[in-house]
Amino acid sequence: MPLRRWWDRAQPVTGAPHVRGLGVGTEDWLQVARDVAAAGGVLHALWMSCAAMGDHAVQERIVYGAYLTDTGVLIVELTLPAAATQTYPGLEGIFPAAARMQRAAHDLSGIRSSDPDARPWLNHDRPYEFVRVDGEGVHEIAVGPVHAGTIEPGHFRFSVVGEKVLKLEERLGYTHKGLEQRFTALPILQGHRLAARVSGDSAVAYSWAYCQALEGMSGRAIPPRAAWLRAVCLELERLANHLGDLGALGNDVGFAFGLTQFSRLKEDLLRAMAAVFGERYLFDIIVPGGVAIDVSAAAAGALADVVRAVCTETEELRDIYDEHEGVRDRFTGAGRLEPERAARLGVIGLVGRASGQARDVRVDLPDAPYTELPVAMVVEHDGDVASRVAVRFGEVRESGRLLTSLLSALPDGMHAVEVGVPADGAFGVGLIEGWRGPVLVALQAGPSGSIRRCHPHDPSWQNWPALEYAIMGNIVPDFPLINKSFNLSYSGVDL
Amino acid sequence: MSAIDWITQVLEVVAAVAAAPALLGWLNQCRAWLQNRRAPSLWLPYRNLHKLFRKEAVIAENASPLFRIAPYVVFGTMGLAAGIIPSMGTQLPLVGSADAIALVGLFAAARMFMTLAAMDVGTAFGTMGARREMMVGFLAEPALLMVIFVASQISSSTALPVITEHLASGRLGLSPGLAFSAVAFILVLLAENARIPVDNPATHLELTMIHEAMVLEYSARHLALMEWAAQLKLFNYICIGFALFFPWGVATAHIGPVGLVVAIPALAIKLAVAGAGLAVIETLSAKLRVMRIPEFLGTAFLLAVLGLLVHVLLGT
Repeated sequence: MPLRRWWDRAQPVTGAPHVRGLGVGTEDWLQVARDVAAAGGVLHALWMSCAAMGDHAVQERIVYGAYLTDTGVLIVELTLPAAATQTYPGLEGIFPAAARMQRAAHDLSGIRSSDPDARPWLNHDRPYEFVRVDGEGVHEIAVGPVHAGTIEPGHFRFSVVGEKVLKLEERLGYTHKGLEQRFTALPILQGHRLAARVSGDSAVAYSWAYCQALEGMSGRAIPPRAAWLRAVCLELERLANHLGDLGALGNDVGFAFGLTQFSRLKEDLLRAMAAVFGERYLFDIIVPGGVAIDVSAAAAGALADVVRAVCTETEELRDIYDEHEGVRDRFTGAGRLEPERAARLGVIGLVGRASGQARDVRVDLPDAPYTELPVAMVVEHDGDVASRVAVRFGEVRESGRLLTSLLSALPDGMHAVEVGVPADGAFGVGLIEGWRGPVLVALQAGPSGSIRRCHPHDPSWQNWPALEYAIMGNIVPDFPLINKSFNLSYSGVDL
Repeated sequence: MSAIDWITQVLEVVAAVAAAPALLGWLNQCRAWLQNRRAPSLWLPYRNLHKLFRKEAVIAENASPLFRIAPYVVFGTMGLAAGIIPSMGTQLPLVGSADAIALVGLFAAARMFMTLAAMDVGTAFGTMGARREMMVGFLAEPALLMVIFVASQISSSTALPVITEHLASGRLGLSPGLAFSAVAFILVLLAENARIPVDNPATHLELTMIHEAMVLEYSARHLALMEWAAQLKLFNYICIGFALFFPWGVATAHIGPVGLVVAIPALAIKLAVAGAGLAVIETLSAKLRVMRIPEFLGTAFLLAVLGLLVHVLLGT
């Protein structure tokens, strides 16, 4: 059955025009996945809801799959019978990215998929076997979870011959902190604060996605001014992160000049953000019903000036990066993720766009204000570090353009409205294109303003496995550069 | 050998050991300025050494005695090397016992102890660093020897003070053969001292390190000695460069000990200029892919051979 038929059978989700929910049985679970894959869609998220989670006794155990398709987001619900030993059909064969999500869901709920890899993912108490590579001269290099720099913890196991990497296996989950459980202890109107902290560099994307889900459930539309200001925050976040990454990428090839210049530009931007919003990284600015702080015309003008100055200087630095022979030599051809492989792995977001995967929620499924301000998507096709750098430069330019337009045409009106408590059992979905890629928050309300279940989903889930492929055949000392060019979240997937 | 020669000898070693951290501090200052950063203090390397010497040393349980003695051997070797490089005066009592080839051998001995110590504990990073260090070393050593041969062809001696004397007494300006070797020497200097574009002394990324990966297991006084030895090595290399290519200001035999009055400030000025020059090179370049280091050092060797050929063909 083609995807269109499933889509037509699915139920609209209240307040989320791009999202539909579809309840299926075990027999259709795989068929939907196959049809989504055939129609060019990707699996975005997979999570479980069951009695073991939260204080609210949920009788059924439900597996959720969220697919990004051309027509919208399709949420598929597979309700499992109560029998304890039951497994559900695994999706790894259709969407390779499903493997880790299923393993994580198993660790959190105790329910396994039928896929062969039964190793734990988040649970570090159970034994873990790395895949061994045999052969003459092959040896392993174990890196992490504690690194020499101040970065998040993750373990990387390289199998190498000389300097050449044959295989990389990632082991994450070191920052597992029980976020989903923590959500269930919060009032639903306060959950956006925790959402902003799932992955701190995407605070705006997560809190907006959370608020979008909540507002959809409550049936409360936010005023245009609030939507505009949220978009301002989102683009500022994108700009700040891209500037930081571009500097760090320069530093990783020993070009410290790039780091100092981009750090300065990022700092200029963060200070301007702090002056307007009172926060350097925009935590708790997006609140249910709108934004916490209104922006005066003068402040908007001042912010726009800083953005313009930063973007102008970034163009100059882009010329330096492009023309520096040593930098170009290191970027070009390193960590190549071919478009075919990216498509097979379902890579999304910035990394996907650098490998020819033209997906951007702001373009494909736009909400206000992006419906009125079309975004020009930046797509590259080489899939190497140079492409990921080019996408970042392109998006800095585009975000700068968007910010200038947004800030010069802020609609009048209120910047926030009251949002009521949604009904028990209401279900909402928020999907926002953060700087790293689409961030999804699935939210289910419990009785009297509590949270029954909240699943925040980071695009890093899809993209971490792709990094293992991108490094293959490269040399060991190029890994930090390639890893930085992906710049994936640890906290966002460790939950 | 007069008493004044011995004083010169001791002065050279003490000055090198004492001034080496300042040279690194100066280099880091210049780098910071060129990157539009506020520079750290010139004395930061001294404070760092002071801090390290006061700390308690932590040594891996399975470390052999070699791991403990290597820092002393490496530091001692670099100190000894400072004694046979005519950085201030050419009338050095120690010179009779070691020429430029022995100097290359001294550096090789230090490298051997360092790489063995790096592999001693058995961590992946130490071994990786040692492996890369040996790759750099076996390519850099012949290039350095070639550079020295060009200079020794001109002055008919492999003893550095004799070469220096000869060049200092000759005309100002480099012969074409020496000009080629000077470029080759700069490439070798960058590679041997773990500077950009070959290695990045400021990186925190273990997988990309060469020199830093080898000393990862060291702490406290051992690390201090290793770092001090690395600073001394840089100092020595720059002084070798002066001895071979820019010997002006050095107290030669016919000037006598009075020359030291000129030699000391001359050395300071030359070091300051060389440090600033290195900072410019490091700021302008990015780090090479490890696999391109052989090309880099191959170029150095080729230039040195060209220098030799030019010298032989043009005659003196």
